[in-house]
Amino acid sequence: MGYRVDHERMNGILAELSEKYRVYGPAFDAQKKRVQYREIRRIEQIVYDRQSDFSPKAAYYPVSQVMFYFREDRADDSELQDDREILVFARSCDIHASRRLDDIFLKNGDAEDLFYRRLREKVRFVLMECGEGYENCFCVSLGTNRTEDYALAVRFGGDGLLIDVRDEAFAPYFAEAPEEEFTVRFVTENRKKLRIPEISRGNLRQVSKLEYWKQFDDRCIACGGCNTVCGTCACFDTVDVVYHEGSREGERRRVWSGCMLEDFTRTAGGAVSRKTHGANMRFKVLHKFYDYWDRFGAEHMCVGCGRCDIRCPKEISFFDTVCGLHDEIGKL
Amino acid sequence: MSQTDNIMRPEPHRILKITHETQAEFTFRVEFSRPSRFGQFCMLSIPKVGEAPISISGTGEDWVEFTIRKVGRLTEGVFELREGSTIFLRGPYGKPWPVEETFAGAEQSLVVISGGTGLAPVRTTLNWFYAHPEQIRTLYLIAGFKDAGGALYNEERERWAQAEHFRTVYTLDDTEAPGFEKGMVTAHIGKIPFASFGENYHVAIVGPPPMMHFSALECLKHGVPEEKIWVSYERKMQCAVGKCGHCKINETYVCLEGPVFHYPKAKTLFD
Ligand SMILES: Cc1cc2nc3c(=O)[nH]c(=O)nc-3n(C[C@H](O)[C@H](O)[C@H](O)COP(=O)(O)OP(=O)(O)OC[C@H]3O[C@@H](n4cnc5c(N)ncnc54)[C@H](O)[C@@H]3O)c2cc1C
Ligand code: SF4
Ligand code: SF4
Ligand code: FES
Repeated sequence: MGYRVDHERMNGILAELSEKYRVYGPAFDAQKKRVQYREIRRIEQIVYDRQSDFSPKAAYYPVSQVMFYFREDRADDSELQDDREILVFARSCDIHASRRLDDIFLKNGDAEDLFYRRLREKVRFVLMECGEGYENCFCVSLGTNRTEDYALAVRFGGDGLLIDVRDEAFAPYFAEAPEEEFTVRFVTENRKKLRIPEISRGNLRQVSKLEYWKQFDDRCIACGGCNTVCGTCACFDTVDVVYHEGSREGERRRVWSGCMLEDFTRTAGGAVSRKTHGANMRFKVLHKFYDYWDRFGAEHMCVGCGRCDIRCPKEISFFDTVCGLHDEIGKL
Repeated sequence: MSQTDNIMRPEPHRILKITHETQAEFTFRVEFSRPSRFGQFCMLSIPKVGEAPISISGTGEDWVEFTIRKVGRLTEGVFELREGSTIFLRGPYGKPWPVEETFAGAEQSLVVISGGTGLAPVRTTLNWFYAHPEQIRTLYLIAGFKDAGGALYNEERERWAQAEHFRTVYTLDDTEAPGFEKGMVTAHIGKIPFASFGENYHVAIVGPPPMMHFSALECLKHGVPEEKIWVSYERKMQCAVGKCGHCKINETYVCLEGPVFHYPKAKTLFD
């Protein structure tokens, strides 16, 4: 069922929703001068006419998360600070990205990750229509331009929104709003078309040994920014914290990490398994375009959001890197 | 949500006994009653200090042992602990050595090649064969150490050396000392009578990455087929349950599919 909702009404609905939901959306951070996900209260906070600089993953996989509190001789699970469900305004590609994280945290290995599951199972998505898409998108190449995994879909306009209520549980919130036919439109073509490299067990070693990767030894500065903005990057470090010197109490946290960082494979004594930035780039590209697919079977890990291209301070385009790899493999 | 759902939560365990093996390596016996298999590891931690993967180097009815080398934050913290102190554990994790399924057999021989603290993850295997002579024809052990001061398990090594069904070579990288040969483990691999084994043997290699690499090559050079070789890998680990991503090589997670790998698989893993 479709509705037309003006800003004022939508803010009323958000207020009502906030009793049951924490609502996350892409909002402008004036200090950091970028669009990133945070809890929103008013619909005007949502930046809808451009892509967000960060993915929504922080809504259910926080940058830094307490796992355990330590007291004397005990480790206690951290508790959720907020029991409400979570409603996330997200693009189609980002909704797909959440499935990639699910594979790692809920399927990889023998058991589910509790800290992830307890937030993730609360998440419902509000699909944000993309219009024509944006400069760096290549979702169509990866089949992430469409989704059915949403409770609500919205089209933002000048003075209001069109809303499609897919999950009937949300219908009561819109009961007073005027009905208007609205079917969400998906992007069907991007300016950028990815040439997906053909990698197999047979050529994996050859692909890894390509001279191609060496160009990144100097070009990439291992800042890890591309990992940070990516909705499909799941890796973390664990860090123990003591509240103050000599204190018996403290906590164990986990914080986002990334395979592009120099210390990612560093072991005690200083040995590093992947020694160059080029080796890290190779690892990341092959993870996004081979390893994950090989392990989980259906899709590539990258969802084509293009955020890493926007983020890189050295203007390394992941899109170009993947296309370039495709061409290099063609020459083998 | 039940507490046992949490795969990341460490539980407190009491340290029963501490043995000083070398200046930088102590063996900690810890109260522990869950089953474990040969070559598996636990995540050991000290609250507010950190967590690290450590191999189970010994097992008893209600304890396990860890032989720990002091190298960084967590391991230094562990060295401050005393008998009776509490240490936190979770696990055991990882794929074990296929001892009973593959290595054992009255007609079988097993060649174990270890470098340094790498002796720890094969110690339970060695002691099992020591206690079960009927399970093996001959066990060959080449254990290398940097110097005599770095040699682990002196008493046990002495016992193994005396056992009828063991043939041992203890070697020091570049110093001389009584009871030890000289040279890297690779220099001694040629002495193993591989040809006399026929089909009936396996090789287990564990130690620092270059040592494993060159030992495997040396075995291949002496005609050992790849299928006979097993290795145990070490990778940075922050979770041991397939989530943190640190231990991943290509599509393989060392914490899940390793640390013990069959060589035909291991050789496909590369950085
Ligand atoms: C399967 C496995 C079995 C191991 N068995 C033993 C053993 O029996 N005895 C022993 O002394 N050591 C063993 N190690 C190595 C041991 O894990 C490291 O020495 C230890 O992690 C160093 O931690 P640290 O905090 O003291 O050092 P730091 O340099 O402060 O390390 C910080 C963190 O990085 C990670 N890390 C650092 N080095 C390593 C490493 N080599 N391997 C994995 N993670 C690392 C750990 O999470 C560690 O807590 C094993 C490693 C693996 C992967
Ligand atoms: S385009 Fe970049 S940031 Fe987006 S999913 Fe792919 S790798 Fe991640
Ligand atoms: S953002 Fe660019 S410079 Fe930074 S790690 Fe990624 S590729 Fe390298
Ligand atoms: S140690 Fe975390 S994924 Fe293997």
